[in-house]
Amino acid sequence: MTRVHDMGGRFGDGPVVPDAADAPVFEEDWHARALAVTLACGALGQWNLDTSRHARERLAPKDYAGFSYYEKWISALADLLVEQDVLTREDLAGAGPEAVHRLAGKALKAASVPGVLAKGGPADRADGPQPRFSAGQAVRVRVPADNPLQDGGHTRLPQYAAGARGYILRLHGNHVLPDSNAHGLGEAPEPLYAVRFHARMLWSHAEHPDDEVVLDMWQSYLEPL
Amino acid sequence: MQSFPMPHDDPDHPHSLLPPEPALRVKALETILAAKGLIDPAALDAIVDTYENRIGPKNGAAVVAKAWSDPVFHAQLLEDATAAVSALGFYGRQGEHIVAVENTPGQHNMVVCTLCSCYPWPLLGIPPAWYKSDAYRARAVREPRKVLADFGVTLPEGTSVRVWDSTAEVRYLVIPMRPEGTEGFSDEQLSALISRDSMIGTALAAEPAS
Repeated sequence: MTRVHDMGGRFGDGPVVPDAADAPVFEEDWHARALAVTLACGALGQWNLDTSRHARERLAPKDYAGFSYYEKWISALADLLVEQDVLTREDLAGAGPEAVHRLAGKALKAASVPGVLAKGGPADRADGPQPRFSAGQAVRVRVPADNPLQDGGHTRLPQYAAGARGYILRLHGNHVLPDSNAHGLGEAPEPLYAVRFHARMLWSHAEHPDDEVVLDMWQSYLEPL
Repeated sequence: MQSFPMPHDDPDHPHSLLPPEPALRVKALETILAAKGLIDPAALDAIVDTYENRIGPKNGAAVVAKAWSDPVFHAQLLEDATAAVSALGFYGRQGEHIVAVENTPGQHNMVVCTLCSCYPWPLLGIPPAWYKSDAYRARAVREPRKVLADFGVTLPEGTSVRVWDSTAEVRYLVIPMRPEGTEGFSDEQLSALISRDSMIGTALAAEPAS
């Protein structure tokens, strides 16, 4: 069983509403602020990208469904700051001490912003297990679509692909395994593949017999066929 | 098997201690963090400025225009897009691993992130609201043609659709087909035809004005 964020293939969400050609990057000032606060807190170095994704996924389903996009970001950030012992519940309630924080020296400075954003955080690693699969090979996605290392843990295996047969399209190299990295269990890099699936193998009522879906899948998500 | 407690799996999430109204919630958290020296408001301004004014779809359009007009760059982009776009200065956060996928008369490409909102920031900036919407995330993989219809796009029956679900840190850039009647166009003229949505795959490149 995956979590509420895993919505690929879900019914009932209605039309996609394109934005206007002149729509602003941020619809509201607080959207921009939520993004910036989240990035700046990430620069404190207390968690990684997989941990922060998992924090959003662990919002209560009613909150995940009810919150707007940046509401999810800011709320999950508050939860993560407490969980990682950066802030306390008292701090969030406005009753915490105002003293300078032990991590204040790590705060992202304006002058460092261009460099930090330009540097990024590559997820590929030189080391990892040998690739088991080669381009064109048929594979099956493991079942169930959950995290074998951690009950209720983070995974990037969508439910709709679990058990499906696909074909290796290309090898991306060794990439950090989110299922492990999100939980402080190490980066555990593995070969990552783009895997091609016939839409008709994923959906009984695929729109067109030749349509395909491609997912990036770590080696441990796949079994040989 | 290790099994840590999942603190957020109880209903008492710490975020509920903040004001419920979202703008106030953001402001409250920013104020708390700034008072402790954990964030620098000027750094927040710099982040917002970067994505509001400096990094956006014009970067991706420059890449596609060059791919259309320069066969050597086109080959480099398909071979190793990360290196090719880095050489133009478009590397950074959420764009560390780029793969370019090219539309042809036989195949149309379209990009989604069903699990969150992964998107090639250095090339396209911050994703639009529709890309992050439940409707797009849910439907793009199951009924891409109906989603394209929401954008006013109808593909020929002979064109297959390949949807790329961005489940890892690889970010996909769609190279739309170059429109007819653009022979001799400069890269600047070409890039004016390349919309953000055409590089996600929910639009085609614009036809030149006749």
